[in-house]
Amino acid sequence: MKRAIYMDNHATTPVDPRVLEAMLPYFSVEFGNAASRTHQFGWRADEAVKIAREKIARLINAEPEEIIFTSGATESDNLAIKGVAAAFAEKGNHVITCATEHKAVLDSCKRLESQGCAVTYLPVGRDGRVDPAQVAAAIGDKTVLITIMFANNEIGVIHPIAEIGKVAKARGIIFHCDAVQALGKVPVDVQALGIDLLSISAHKIYGPKGVGALYVRRKKPRVRLLPIIDGGGHERGMRSGTLNVPGIVGLGKACEICQSVMPDESRRIAALRDKLQNYLLSHLDEVYVNGSIEHRLPNCLNMSFAYVEGESLMMGIDDVAVSSGSACTSATLEPSYVLRALGVPVEMAHSSIRFGLGRFNTEDEVDYVSEKVVRVVNRLRDMSPLYDMARRGVDLSTVDWGDHGHHDHGSHSS
Amino acid sequence: MYSPRVIELFQNPRNVGTFAEGEPNVGTGVVGSPACGDVMQLQIKVNDQGIIEDARFKTFGCGSAIASASLATEWLKGKTLEEARKIKNVEIAKELELPPIKIHCSVLAEDAIKNAIEDLIKRRGGSQPEAVAEAPAAETAGPSSGSGR
Repeated sequence: MKRAIYMDNHATTPVDPRVLEAMLPYFSVEFGNAASRTHQFGWRADEAVKIAREKIARLINAEPEEIIFTSGATESDNLAIKGVAAAFAEKGNHVITCATEHKAVLDSCKRLESQGCAVTYLPVGRDGRVDPAQVAAAIGDKTVLITIMFANNEIGVIHPIAEIGKVAKARGIIFHCDAVQALGKVPVDVQALGIDLLSISAHKIYGPKGVGALYVRRKKPRVRLLPIIDGGGHERGMRSGTLNVPGIVGLGKACEICQSVMPDESRRIAALRDKLQNYLLSHLDEVYVNGSIEHRLPNCLNMSFAYVEGESLMMGIDDVAVSSGSACTSATLEPSYVLRALGVPVEMAHSSIRFGLGRFNTEDEVDYVSEKVVRVVNRLRDMSPLYDMARRGVDLSTVDWGDHGHHDHGSHSS
Repeated sequence: MYSPRVIELFQNPRNVGTFAEGEPNVGTGVVGSPACGDVMQLQIKVNDQGIIEDARFKTFGCGSAIASASLATEWLKGKTLEEARKIKNVEIAKELELPPIKIHCSVLAEDAIKNAIEDLIKRRGGSQPEAVAEAPAAETAGPSSGSGR
């Protein structure tokens, strides 16, 4: 079978060969424990970690000491949210977040709720963005944390981070930002944007899986957090556990490459994305881009193809790896909560496809995918009773879909 | 994730389409809803002997839903209405090797068959032709006949 074209770079990315090369020695000859202070094996591992820390800090305009290594962004989000809530429990117990956050943030917030915290889940507009005025309005005496992602993983929409940072600063509230999708694609400057905690993942930026980082501000203000993992007191006591030296070296190298290639690479990928988007919009009717077109990552295209179910479309383009907000692809059989939060009708959420372009996609691939998607959408529409009805002028929203309108998929197991 | 049979029927679905509107011997069943992510339309065309001589479908849904509807149309051809009524979702699910999360696709197909039959009977004024009601089960043909019902 021919190898598929990979356009799911929001899910993960391949390790850049330069990253792999940088990592390899740290699996074998340079195997030392970075915490070993008594011999050269440890010193060399520690030196490699120090260099990686500097590279990561440089990319986000932070100090190296402000980088805390973790097992990935899920852990970073957990540490930021639970760690701040625990450290500031005497000051307050209210957290502000947003409906379209990643599950690592939402489920951390739910955990806090179960422990007596109050959480405000702000809505987003039709464009997928949170309103900074609503953030400001949600702040109360007990608010200890605002956690809003930089860019959404499903629709690529970029929130007004600088404005939220200003609101947070003005009210003296700690601002955590999950920047997993944005880092390496758009400039992320924790000083300019007023971010106090920032979650980073290596495998979304052509680094290895299983390693990430949390930026923790040390000055103005000095952010305190309680660790969620106890042990040897590594990482300024915030994250115990022997450092994943090869992974950390990989994350550092990945950040260094992003820093050097970002403006050109983002421009190139945005041009490919726009080409794909424009082809699909001009060759198909009733195709819609989900979320803001203006405030969007350069590599993301989330579209709904009316009258075509997302999973069947993915099956039709089986040599192209993408993802869908269709219910059929989720364990819960519920369509994307992110698209629903934007007010995308549920049937259009079922019809959504996310194309995530990346460093290794070519123009030929984009051309191939463009033509293939158009061909398959047309084939599936020929097979779709909804497309038939719409062509005949039936307003689908007025149709009575009978008992099946609210059936519970899970109960039909006869 | 998909069985070879589902992939084959998704790539080469049988009997896609609709019969011309107003044909007297056609029954139409439409089940599911856009909000649930699947809508199945299934039609049967019955001859004077009460035998389903042709069947068509259109489906908005995942590959398993498309394959279930396609398979149903194949199984329907040559059956009497009584025999068609006996097609069970478990047989479709078994033939297509549907995982638990996709069983509802086969349920939709079974429901679509039943709705199409009811629609046909309603259109004919509520009565079934004698030949249909008295067709002996032994004459059943098709893949579902050997499933041990």
